[in-house]
Parts: sequence; C-alpha cells; structure tokens
Amino acid sequence: MPHLAVNDLRAKYGALEVLKGVSFSMEKGQVVALVGPSGSGKSTVLRTLVGLTPVSGGSVTIHGDEIRYSNAASVRRARDQMAIVFQQYNLFQNMRIIDNVTVAPTKIKKRPKAEARADAERLLAMVGLADKLNAFPDQLSGGQQQRVAIARALALHPEILLLDEVTSALDPELVNEVLDTIRRLATEGMTMILVSHEMAFVREVADKVIFMDSGAVVEEGLPEQLFDAPKTDRAREFFGKILRH
Amino acid sequence: MERILEQIPRFFTADNMALLLQSAGLTLAMTLTGCLIGFGLAFILVFLRQTPGLWALPLRVVCITYVEVFRRIPFIVVIYLVLFFIQTVASDASLFTIAVISICIYAIAYTADIIRGGLESVPVTQTEAARAMNFGRLRTLVTVTLPQAWPVILPPAIAFAVSFIKDTALVSQIGVFELTFRGKELNNQGYSGILVFGTIAMCYFLMSFPLSMLGQYLEKRLATPRGERSARKIRRA
Ligand SMILES: Nc1ncnc2c1ncn2[C@@H]1O[C@H](COP(=O)(O)OP(=O)(O)OP(=O)(O)O)[C@@H](O)[C@H]1O
Ligand SMILES: [Mg+2]
Repeated sequence: MPHLAVNDLRAKYGALEVLKGVSFSMEKGQVVALVGPSGSGKSTVLRTLVGLTPVSGGSVTIHGDEIRYSNAASVRRARDQMAIVFQQYNLFQNMRIIDNVTVAPTKIKKRPKAEARADAERLLAMVGLADKLNAFPDQLSGGQQQRVAIARALALHPEILLLDEVTSALDPELVNEVLDTIRRLATEGMTMILVSHEMAFVREVADKVIFMDSGAVVEEGLPEQLFDAPKTDRAREFFGKILRH
Repeated sequence: MERILEQIPRFFTADNMALLLQSAGLTLAMTLTGCLIGFGLAFILVFLRQTPGLWALPLRVVCITYVEVFRRIPFIVVIYLVLFFIQTVASDASLFTIAVISICIYAIAYTADIIRGGLESVPVTQTEAARAMNFGRLRTLVTVTLPQAWPVILPPAIAFAVSFIKDTALVSQIGVFELTFRGKELNNQGYSGILVFGTIAMCYFLMSFPLSMLGQYLEKRLATPRGERSARKIRRA
C-alpha cells in the first residue's frame, strides 16, 4: 500500500478548473518532486492536500485512510500528518522564532512545554539558527526565515513534509543553505513532496519526478528518465528549455 | 461683559466647581464604560460575523445588519429607543445604565468595522499558515491575527472613544446629570451663558485632549516595527 495516494484530484477557483484530475502515489521515505511551468497547479496540489484549497473531486489516501475534505475531523487528521512550508515562509510575525516553532506543538499537539522547547532548539540548531531563538521574523534574512519555516514544520513531526518552492524567494547566495537542510532531511528518510525549479537539485534528491502542465500530470518517472529521455512532447519541450540554461 | 466679570467670583465657587467636576467625571465614566464594553462586544460580533458555512448565514446577516443599521441612526434616537425599551422591561433602571447601554450599542456598531478592517489588514497567508497547523478559528484570532492587528485597530478605536466624550452630551436630553446638563442648570440659575458654557467647553477639552495625546503616543509606538522595538530594548538593557 502506498504511503500517499492521490487519485483524480480536482480543484477549482470559482469557475476555473485548476486541477483537472491529478493522480500519483508515493512510498514512505520517498522524495517526490513536482515540476512544471508556472500556473500548472503545483502549489494548488499541495494546498488541496492540507485543505487550504477546496477539493472538488477525486480522492487522497494516507496509509489507505481516505481524507474527506468536507469533514472537519478528517481534515484535522490530514493536517496532523502533513506539514507545509510556503514559498513566502509565512512565519508568525508577532512571535519570536522559538515561539513560532513551539506554538503548534504545545497548543495544538499538547506536548509538554519543556519537551517542545528542547525539540525546537534541536531543530533550530539543525538548520543553523541556534543563536536566533529570541529574534523576531523581521530581523532575519529570507534564507534564515525559510529555515525557521522548515524547522516549524518539522516540529510537528509530520508523516509527509510539503515544500512549495522554498528557495524561489531567496537570493542566490541564500539558496544553498536551504537546499542543504532539505538534502539532509532526504538522507534521513523524510517523506517529502517538493515543488521546485532547481532541476539540478531535483535530480540529486528526488526518487520520482512528476511533470505537471495545465492542472494535470503529463509524465512521471525517475529524474534521469524525465530529464534525459522524456517520452512526451510537452515534457521534452519543457525540460529542453530549462535544462539548457 | 461687565455682568460676566461681576459674576466670576460668584460662579467659581467650590460648590459649583465640585458640581462641574462631578458631572465631568460622570461624562467620562459613561463614555469609557460604554466604549470599553462596546469594544469588547464588537470583537464577538466580528468573530460571529466571520463564521464560515451556510448554516451560519442568518448569523452573518444579523451581524451585518446590526452594524449597518446602527451606524445610520443618530445617537440621540438610539438613546430614546433604549430609554423607552428599557422602561417597558425594567422600569427601575437608572438613567446612568440607560446612557451606558446606549453608548455601548452605538460603540459596537462603529468599532466592529474598525476591528474588521484591522483584522483584514493582516495578510491572509498568516491565517493559512495557522490553519495548516490545525489552529482553530478562535486560536488563530487570539494568537496570530489580533496581535498583528492592534496597530491598525487601536488608533481609530481610541479616536472614536475620545470624540464620543463630546457626543455623550446628548444623554443630557433624557436627564442624566452629565456636564452639559449641569451647564443648562447653572445657566438657568442666572449665570451668564458665555461664562457657564465657556467653562464647560474648557472641561470637555481638558477631558479629551490628554486621551487623544495618549492615542497618538500609542499609534507611534505601535507603528514601530517589532524588530526595531526589541532591538532598542536590547540596546537599552
Ligand atoms: N487564489 C486564486 N484565485 C484564483 N486563481 C488562482 C488562485 N491561486 C492560483 N490560481 C490559478 O490557479 C492556477 C494554478 O496555480 P498554482 O499556484 O497552483 O500554479 P503553480 O504551478 O504553483 O505556479 P508557480 O510555479 O507560478 O508557482 C493558475 O492559473 C493560477 O492563476
Ligand atoms: Mg506555486
């Protein structure tokens, strides 16, 4: 049984159908990369998974348990198992870094304060920010904020980590510090769905690449298959354009 | 003019001043109590108004209607409505209670919109991050949205309360012994209108000016980005 199975997932913004039946599945410990042109619906896939964008059809199952997005308890369970990191970090601006990381574990997961704090300190040290515990988000650089956002998601101990273009808002010199963090998570066996334009990085860490266009999966396979020998014209055109740079 | 000068020693007696001070205090007490309770209730109204889902539609309609209706009614009409309504249900209610309830009803309608505007000024991505981590609506409001909305909410809310100090004069119409009522009384006792109401104008100014200064101070303080503020604190320490 796959860890996560997405079957014919559909979503609309008003009358505009943004996901027109997306299907894929992944095993525990895998890193799946979602790639595709801007507007193809990659972010929307991640947002529907955590119930931020309403689902209009299809099914999502984790460990064979179907998530019913019309049911609040079911959505809560899904959010319990998945954590999302946004492109724009979305750290809580009114909280210190340490509080950003501990607020959900203590208030939502009801873990003891001291334990949550120790865990947060460990995670922030892992992303190289042990000295910023008491800073506010607006005192950090973009790369630092993004690493806090990753630590905040990891503090939830999710089954699956969703990363939406976590480097695209960063200056080039800050990209590597964030990629290093993700690379490390991949080697530690974290199950991740990664939306990214960093093709070299995708090739390095992804177990599977899913190429999307106009709200549907066009082709999926191993990174080297998709990058070096795409079967569809659409993928050939896309990777041809990107990989030449 | 001579008549005024001649009246001054007689007017500024300890008795008269105590009377004015007392009614100024009453004015301030009514305004602050009414506005504070109204402000608190306005939060509840805004929260209810944002309840999602079809089943909550009637609730949303009631909340929106309340705000839209009471913002369009002159305060004096609200006072009379409350007066006559309360007198039919609880004939022994004091005029002070009636005045405070009127102010409260009016303040809810005005500050609800201020609060809603403030909450909407916080980027929706902040709420989304909270929702994705399973925060409930109330927890999101209290721990994420409100703390960021204060700088937008407080200045106009304080400005509303300050300007309401003078509107409270209207409750003199139903016989509450507030400042303007006392003025009329003293005037009826034969003191010059210019003298009496000049003094009363001064009283209103003295009540609201310090409060609006406080408002401006808070505005400036809140406008400073949190990062800078805590950096300053660290430097000072
Ligand atoms: N809030 C919204 N309201 C209406 N349409 C939206 C909204 N968000 C996204 N869309 C539309 O949905 C489609 C898919 O958007 P999505 O953000 O999922 O694309 P993406 O693949 O993540 O693109 P990018 O690489 O630019 O981030 C786009 O056509 C976009 O215009
Ligand atoms: Mg996107």
